[in-house]
Amino acid sequence: MKKFQTFSGVAAPLDRANVDTDAILPKQYMKLISRFGYGDYLFDNWRYEDEGQLGVDCSARPRNRRFVLNAPEYRHAGILLCRENFGCGSSREHAPWALRDFGIRALVGSGFAEIFHGNCLKNGLLPIVLPEARVERLFSLASSAPPLRLTIDLEGQRVVAPDGVVERFEIDAFRKRCLLEGLDEISLALAQADSVTAYERQRRLSEPWLFAQR
Amino acid sequence: MPKTLLQKLWDTHVVREGPAGSAVLYIDRHLVNEVTSPQAFEGLSAAGRRPWRGETVIATSDHNVPTRELALGIQDPVAKVQVQTLERNCETFGLRQFRLGESGQGILHVTGPELGATLPGMSIVCGDSHTSTHGAFAALAFGIGTSEIEQVLATQCLLVSRMKAMNVQVEGALPARVTAKDLALALIRRLGSAGATGYAIEFSGGTVRGLSMEARMTLCNMAIEAGARVGLVGVDEVTLAYLHGRPHAPLGGAWDAACDFWRGLRSDDGALFDRTLRLDAGDIAPQVSWGTSPQMTCDVTGRIPEPCDEPDAARRKALADALDYMGLQGGTDIGAIELDKIFIGSCTNARLEDLRAAAGIVAGRRVSGRIRQALVVPGSRLVKSMAEAEGLDRVFIDAGFEWREPGCSMCLGMNEDRLLPGERCASTSNRNFEGRQGQGGRTHLVSPVTAAAAALAGHFVDVRRV
Repeated sequence: MKKFQTFSGVAAPLDRANVDTDAILPKQYMKLISRFGYGDYLFDNWRYEDEGQLGVDCSARPRNRRFVLNAPEYRHAGILLCRENFGCGSSREHAPWALRDFGIRALVGSGFAEIFHGNCLKNGLLPIVLPEARVERLFSLASSAPPLRLTIDLEGQRVVAPDGVVERFEIDAFRKRCLLEGLDEISLALAQADSVTAYERQRRLSEPWLFAQR
Repeated sequence: MPKTLLQKLWDTHVVREGPAGSAVLYIDRHLVNEVTSPQAFEGLSAAGRRPWRGETVIATSDHNVPTRELALGIQDPVAKVQVQTLERNCETFGLRQFRLGESGQGILHVTGPELGATLPGMSIVCGDSHTSTHGAFAALAFGIGTSEIEQVLATQCLLVSRMKAMNVQVEGALPARVTAKDLALALIRRLGSAGATGYAIEFSGGTVRGLSMEARMTLCNMAIEAGARVGLVGVDEVTLAYLHGRPHAPLGGAWDAACDFWRGLRSDDGALFDRTLRLDAGDIAPQVSWGTSPQMTCDVTGRIPEPCDEPDAARRKALADALDYMGLQGGTDIGAIELDKIFIGSCTNARLEDLRAAAGIVAGRRVSGRIRQALVVPGSRLVKSMAEAEGLDRVFIDAGFEWREPGCSMCLGMNEDRLLPGERCASTSNRNFEGRQGQGGRTHLVSPVTAAAAALAGHFVDVRRV
């Protein structure tokens, strides 16, 4: 996993609540079996005017000029400013893969759906939750003085806006360490395999039918 | 100290405590589909790892499979590679799988319980958000992403953040032809689609006790549409009766011992919940979603809200955007909405009870001439064969429905079954998101009986009066 320490970039404002993972990465691209290569299909139904199909060169497709990521200043956005319940719906990790492959490193919003939130953290993408009023302020900044550039400092748990205002955010200490150091969580877990074996021994006694499945 | 069911299930699965109230939980059952697993197996192979406890896995292709003429195989070459990849991965790692056409194949959230592979007290994961369905059996069941699939394969464990407990207590009798689906939609309408984020919802009360396992599965299935990863119902005699004799359920003495243990899997009297919500089942009417989020739902007798009546600017915009996508005007009567397609299927509503109820409405009648396609897609091969044994297939076919092979089908339109741009569908599935059933398609979420009644009329009608 790519490390996340500090990041400075343009924040594209996606002014829409309840953005679901079907919108972030539509179903037809979930037929692929790779972990990379979804960036061109990010927000496919909103970004392009035609119906997206596998194997079509996206650079030649007609773009929806009203969609935020098609504006010249946001074509290389590294941060997405979002509204409540972003990432709701399907558990597809293809959604964070598409955001990552597009070049997004962090999301700033007032709330994320849980499965999506967890999936981001597994892919070096930092979802930052701020109070609604603070998110509203960033949306205002993004519209009054575009493009909005934010600096994110994970170690210090801070988002710094161009006017110098600092927003503090919370993150679980373990997740923070994994992102800062780009750790492989499975290796960490396997280092504690003894605790799993001990657990299984005890559980075999309390619920033996779970270990004698036909 | 009295405990909630969530607390009991959590406690029995903690391998070790994690930071900030999280814990490393042990996973008892891992359901694997073709769409979200290939990259997990690839990661496992690349690291030279093996599944920790492969016998906990049950794999089947459900999202991407055709629902007719299985003998022809999968026509879409990309989908075919994905299905074959799952088959090969299962062979490589020695995992139990049900291939296309085999008995035991179907939507994982339908087959798991049918096989008795879903048992009370288990922790169950699957790379699919509707894994919440299995909570109807007092199992701690939730959807996960692909990285977590790899992690469960490799370690049998997951680091999980502590969930809060919400008690949704439902009392009173559901009116005739008002179903668990209507109850779920009415709840989501009240809570909002993020209203239960961070919670596990336990469904309790006399109404829930009176529901069949199929109906309880429908309720738990939809918990995720209110933001809750987990839905739960405590064990009672209905649970045990459903499981008895299922292929993977324990037998003999083990069955008796398991039942003794399972009977304790319910919230203790006086257990404290973080939030409690009470609903009166008698107040619930058949529900129809009109927008692009499941919370955008109203009674079948109601009207679509007017954006100008919404005081909050952000909500007003969301409402206007949704109506624009749906091609609807504020103030329209639900009954005036005309339909193009009907879909009866999905992990929400494709069990035998759902098909029986829908067949009861259409028996001896004909699908309206304005409906271009009406599909019935059973949830599993077992559901299909039981339905056929009762003659339900004939009832549907005689009425003008197509009777298909099992799979996720038009719920998400990954296979050939989908809406064309602008088409409007009454669907028994779970999500009305933009493009969910096909790009530009317009979905209205309803119960099986409401979908059946709409098929006959060509527009929504109050199924209580059919």
